[in-house]
Amino acid sequence: MSFEVTEGARAEALSPDAAAPVGTEAPAGEDSERGAEPRPEPPPVYRGADLLVEVLKEEGAEMLFGIPGGATINFYDALYNSGIPHVLARHEQGAIHAADGYARISGKVPVVTGTSGPGSTNLMTGIANAWFDSVPMVIFAGQVSTSVMGTDAFQESPIFSMTMGITKHNYQLMRGEDLPRVVKESFYLARTGRKGPVLIELPKDMTSNEIPYRKPVEMRLRAYNPTPKIDRALVEKVKRDLARAKRPVIVAGAGVVHAGASELLRAFAERARVPVVHTLLGLGTLPSDHPLSLGMGGMHGTVWANMALHECDFLLNIGSRFDDRLTGALEHFAPRARIAHVDIDEAELGKVLDEDYPIHGDARDALAILLDGAVDPSPSEEWLAYLESLRREYPLWYRTDRPYLQPQRVVQIASDLASDDVIVVTDVGQHQMWVAQFFRFRRPGRFVTSGGLGAMGFGLPAAIGAQIADRDALVLAFVGDGGFQMTVEELILLREYDLPVKILLFNNNSLGMVRQWQELFYEERYSATLFNIQPDFMRLADAYGIVGRRVETEEEARAVLEEAFRTRAPYLIEFVIDPMANVLPMVPPGNGVHEMQGVKPE
Amino acid sequence: MKQLLALKVNDHPGVLHRITGLFLRRGFNIATITVGACEEPGVSRMTILLEVADERVMDQVRKQLAKQVDVLEVEDLTDRDAVTRELCLVRVEAPLKMRSDLHSLIQPFRAQLIDVGFETVVVEVTGSPAKIDALLDLLRPFGVLEIVRTGLAALPRERQTGNGGTARREARSVEV
Ligand SMILES: Cc1ncc(C[n+]2csc(CCOP(=O)(O)OP(=O)(O)O)c2C)c(N)n1
Repeated sequence: MSFEVTEGARAEALSPDAAAPVGTEAPAGEDSERGAEPRPEPPPVYRGADLLVEVLKEEGAEMLFGIPGGATINFYDALYNSGIPHVLARHEQGAIHAADGYARISGKVPVVTGTSGPGSTNLMTGIANAWFDSVPMVIFAGQVSTSVMGTDAFQESPIFSMTMGITKHNYQLMRGEDLPRVVKESFYLARTGRKGPVLIELPKDMTSNEIPYRKPVEMRLRAYNPTPKIDRALVEKVKRDLARAKRPVIVAGAGVVHAGASELLRAFAERARVPVVHTLLGLGTLPSDHPLSLGMGGMHGTVWANMALHECDFLLNIGSRFDDRLTGALEHFAPRARIAHVDIDEAELGKVLDEDYPIHGDARDALAILLDGAVDPSPSEEWLAYLESLRREYPLWYRTDRPYLQPQRVVQIASDLASDDVIVVTDVGQHQMWVAQFFRFRRPGRFVTSGGLGAMGFGLPAAIGAQIADRDALVLAFVGDGGFQMTVEELILLREYDLPVKILLFNNNSLGMVRQWQELFYEERYSATLFNIQPDFMRLADAYGIVGRRVETEEEARAVLEEAFRTRAPYLIEFVIDPMANVLPMVPPGNGVHEMQGVKPE
Repeated sequence: MKQLLALKVNDHPGVLHRITGLFLRRGFNIATITVGACEEPGVSRMTILLEVADERVMDQVRKQLAKQVDVLEVEDLTDRDAVTRELCLVRVEAPLKMRSDLHSLIQPFRAQLIDVGFETVVVEVTGSPAKIDALLDLLRPFGVLEIVRTGLAALPRERQTGNGGTARREARSVEV
């Protein structure tokens, strides 16, 4: 037998402890020496759905999220006795965002299912979200039977071509005998290299037909190399040149989190005496109160982080893709710096900037080389002192001249009261940025937010997934009144699965972030951003059987949060906040990051 | 600038869609694209002639292609010594009395008549796109009714394929 597999793939596919489905062995019949007719025994046959469940068990799939339907009913039938837990969401978007939160906290690869047609199209936002933030998951999109595919059959949608641009890879499973290989490849692809969602389009007959199964399964990923060999010499050159820089800075992105390299990052930053700017998804890689942490950079970054980006003479980007929300106008981004960029995805190198040191590799490998041997501190004390002076002169601020509860203050109180193992989840909008600015992140990999896609509706379901992944942690879900209403139906899961998530609902009676842009850049023409009427959120909490609290002052905020954090029960806390509160400072669209507005109270 | 790429890809459904979709999303203009079986079972070779803005964009194209799980090899033939060919079929108005003129015209191009009727003929020609363009210009006065072109197929020349020994590397194929 020959196997066309990469080294990694081989190990995965053939590892001896990858248990075979019940009673399968390679066919007998090798003993043709004596001229006996080699008569290969027919391989054992399974119903596709049962085989699928067996392969999922082999892959260690521990958690499923989804909603069944006609096209996936066989699969669900096989799950009935499988022992693999399944979270029944109320909308497929909820299911997949929950899987997303679960994956980010557990580090595992969840499985998501949607039935053909609407079930699968409802997954699209979540697939795109996982794609943008490199979150691993395997998605089974049900499909009508192969015999009617392409005929606009009931509940058919071209999900394979629809998801091609928002998955790491996708498969159209058209032959039963490919099923085990395709599922194994999907898990392997999802969790290696730059992680991401992998989708399998699963026609109904693939789960009802009888399928022969032979072990071992051959993977056909010959050109896929998830563990590039890093250019050691180039990293060592970065180390030398960084040590000579007068104004060096490190940008830490999600790649550091994915690689589990936060400790190494911290060690290197400390030994080299280099300050660190975090991207939104890189928050927490250094604790927020670490003296070398400059907080978040970019559109709503801190003044000192953005000035560091602007004035640095050497920039080492580890695991960030230079998103435009970080860089601002490119012609002003790090204009005087030599730029080194470490990324596991080679296509990120040279995509946005022409880096001087493009390093294809894992953040962990790069940092290990940087830490190898003596680390010369860069002569940057003056630089650090300068950034520190900016920090003192332009601290993050919020208004105190208004009779309303200020949202930033709520974030601060929650941050102060929270334990170190807190998991912070947000939806998308102003509240997301207030959390990024004012929450004190203590541990890496505990901040769950929709970075690349910015998908409203992410917060509540993602918090559900996060709490399923870590049942003991305090999970805070910061949501806006707009985004919360996009996936509010998932509230019931808090009771159903006993998840004590605390929802901190920031009610500003508007689509706040868009309203802010209209105020600042569209002459206060509030087109379709103000809510004229809102649901009664407290009665909503009631309807879903969770504790509801409404808060209008700082004192109430503190008391209610204290109460909620002590209680092992889900809470919906509605903070009636200043409807005109804005996220500041801000880099207006089209400006360089050094051209911020709102850096000080007026 | 025009760039010539040779790809080996898995012969799976949807692979062509995947590649063209990638170009579409990034706004790269495909001049020609050809796909067909190659020496390996289960693998297809694609030849793509692309129009891109500059070398940096091209670098991105190469990396984005290489990143696709179904793409097994990406070779840039733009600045390499490669043989390139395109096939063109053209239906030309050719009443019987014009046939010998037509014949003498196409002969230097090593073109052939592959279908002959009373009023029209079909000419087949293979060669570089420039050669095909030249022949088409000559045929136009006759009355060109239909044209079909395959787009480029390309292979690097032997001395650059890297799998020949020193002696073989000296050998050079001659463009015909
Ligand atoms: C699905 C989706 N639709 C629209 C947007 C555009 N958008 C970005 S922020 C925002 C406002 C969010 O309002 P809300 O959820 O109330 O949060 P706030 O900004 O007030 O904190 C909108 C509409 C989006 N990001 N996602």
